[in-house]
Amino acid sequence: MVKLTREPIDTASLVDAAQSPEAGAVVLFLGVARRLTNGRETTELAYEAYEAMAVKELQSLEVQARDRWSLAECAIVHRLGVVPLGEASVAVAVACPHRREAFEAGQWLIDSLKERVPIWKQEHGADGRTEWVHPGRTNVE
Amino acid sequence: MKVTVKLFAAARDLAGGDQLTVELPGGATLGELRKRLRQECPSLGPLLAHAMFAVDATYVSDDAPISPHAEIACIPPVSGG
Repeated sequence: MVKLTREPIDTASLVDAAQSPEAGAVVLFLGVARRLTNGRETTELAYEAYEAMAVKELQSLEVQARDRWSLAECAIVHRLGVVPLGEASVAVAVACPHRREAFEAGQWLIDSLKERVPIWKQEHGADGRTEWVHPGRTNVE
Repeated sequence: MKVTVKLFAAARDLAGGDQLTVELPGGATLGELRKRLRQECPSLGPLLAHAMFAVDATYVSDDAPISPHAEIACIPPVSGG
């Protein structure tokens, strides 16, 4: 299951959905809006996506992960719009028979999402500045 | 042919709009589109150097030809998560 949402991510229901008698291990990863980045204070984050492509890329990640690991459940949810500090911008929940593959699959999914899914983060600084984050490219605004 | 490119994040802000339309010869490639965008909108230049392109919501390389009916998007370095 993959989803983009403008609402807070209901992480408890993701864990509930992942938990089953077939899966001895459930791993939940949350990316959380953080106050400090390289010493700079952020007041909130905002995310935007090329939505049709982001969904397609997320679905492709789920298919690849299901091919590679024996996943009983695989859920990736990314929030769009403003995300207040301390709230989750992304959640990855995987369920597997054993913990090793659950950790591996979860790590691979979030790493791959950050590499190729067309979603962008804008940091709103305490100094009033807003800045799109484009890794490899700084001071774009 | 006229080619319209969707823009996102800093690319949209730098161009001042969520798409740009440029004129290209028939059979032009993504690489030629990249060059033309840099000419039409110089402020995009530094970001374009690091951007990928997608055709119909799939990443493509610079040697891919452009169809006038395809949906083309400029994908600056992503930062989801």
